[in-house]
Amino acid sequence: MSGRTTKPTQDELLHDHNHDGVDRRGFLKCMAWAGTGAFCVIRGGVLKSYALSRLPEMDPKEMAGELSFAQISDSHMGFNKAANPDVAATLKAAVDKINGLAVPPEFLLHTGDISHLSKPEEFDTVDQILKSAKPQDVFYVPGEHDVLNDDGKQFLERYGKGSKGAGWYSFDKKGVHFVGLVNVLNLKAGGLGTLGHDQLEWLEDDVKHLKHSTPIVVFAHIPLWSVYPEWGWGTEDSAQALSYLKKFGSVTVLNGHIHQTMQKIEGNVTFHTAASTAFPQPQPGKADSPGPMKVPAEQLKSVLGITDVNYVRGKQALGVVDSTLE
Amino acid sequence: MKRSASVTALIAVAVLGIAALCVWSTSLAAAVPQTMEVKIDNFSFGPTDLTVSAGTTVTWTNRDDIPHTVVSTDEPKAFKSKVLDTDEKFSFTFTKPGTYAYFCSIHPKMTGKVIVQ
Repeated sequence: MSGRTTKPTQDELLHDHNHDGVDRRGFLKCMAWAGTGAFCVIRGGVLKSYALSRLPEMDPKEMAGELSFAQISDSHMGFNKAANPDVAATLKAAVDKINGLAVPPEFLLHTGDISHLSKPEEFDTVDQILKSAKPQDVFYVPGEHDVLNDDGKQFLERYGKGSKGAGWYSFDKKGVHFVGLVNVLNLKAGGLGTLGHDQLEWLEDDVKHLKHSTPIVVFAHIPLWSVYPEWGWGTEDSAQALSYLKKFGSVTVLNGHIHQTMQKIEGNVTFHTAASTAFPQPQPGKADSPGPMKVPAEQLKSVLGITDVNYVRGKQALGVVDSTLE
Repeated sequence: MKRSASVTALIAVAVLGIAALCVWSTSLAAAVPQTMEVKIDNFSFGPTDLTVSAGTTVTWTNRDDIPHTVVSTDEPKAFKSKVLDTDEKFSFTFTKPGTYAYFCSIHPKMTGKVIVQ
């Protein structure tokens, strides 16, 4: 193993991931619940997660890289129930947290559920709050709450400039290829998230000509792995999408939707879900339903958060850092 | 004779009146709106399967903190609600017998059925 030799503690998740990052027998699974918060770094194929409370002990050099960005998710602007009566304030807290990072991220990814009810004023409020973020570039994918009533028309008008189909797109930053996917439209009764034929075809074509050494970051709202299908936490045709990414040495998949952080490594792919900036949801199967979880007000910020991702050139791996809003 | 004719007329009027009353009350019975409730709670429809007679109006009420929809799975869709925020309602009157499957288009794992007899 490489990286810092830090003695594992109960709240630290440490996995010996093969250095080539590809040859895997079975998969490694690690879950870091938002309640504790986690700081994750992947270096030389080794994934390390630290409890957020230890972030101040971290060497800032470990957080530095040639490319860093922060992920925010599930702002649910407009939500005002007991689980969080002030989602604007917690989004602002997330922005403050991002602005306070030692290494300012170059841009933000928002992995959907920007709004709670797809109302124009909800989107406006989020846009307004994000204006105060140091990174001015924000890349969005829609959540199901952003495409209510109009099959995503408004979302496309607001955020879909230059995108394809229902809003999917890709871009490159410092050698990393980013792909934003839409899996919240045309949902079928009894089913999960769906990418659909057109989008899959586009994805296959989009990555076809890339070098195998290109680090890939895929982001979409609903997890692209089966977190808990009983609650709809998965995407029906994600296996097809991931099959197009098999040839790449490093693939990171970032999702939102489940309002808690969770990670899994499977072969060359690291899956990661981000916490919500609005309200937490229960662990899979630990409640009757995935509805908003009410926690005491003083604990709320410990279960909300942001994700900061660093890319170190040459390592072909991404360090993923979860921060709670405390 | 004269007297009995008027009695006959009276009886006729009475019979007609009763008949009219019967028709009126029958139509009244048919017009009495039947209503049924479905509660949306904890990401599920309750009852999941509901059997009603034709002409029944079913009202769904969202009691979750999260918005839901009530959307027919048939094509073309027999009914489709707007997004229901907390405590909002959607009603639909089922006039024709049949089985009407529906789901929440935001949380498609939520499914239900209305059986109209």
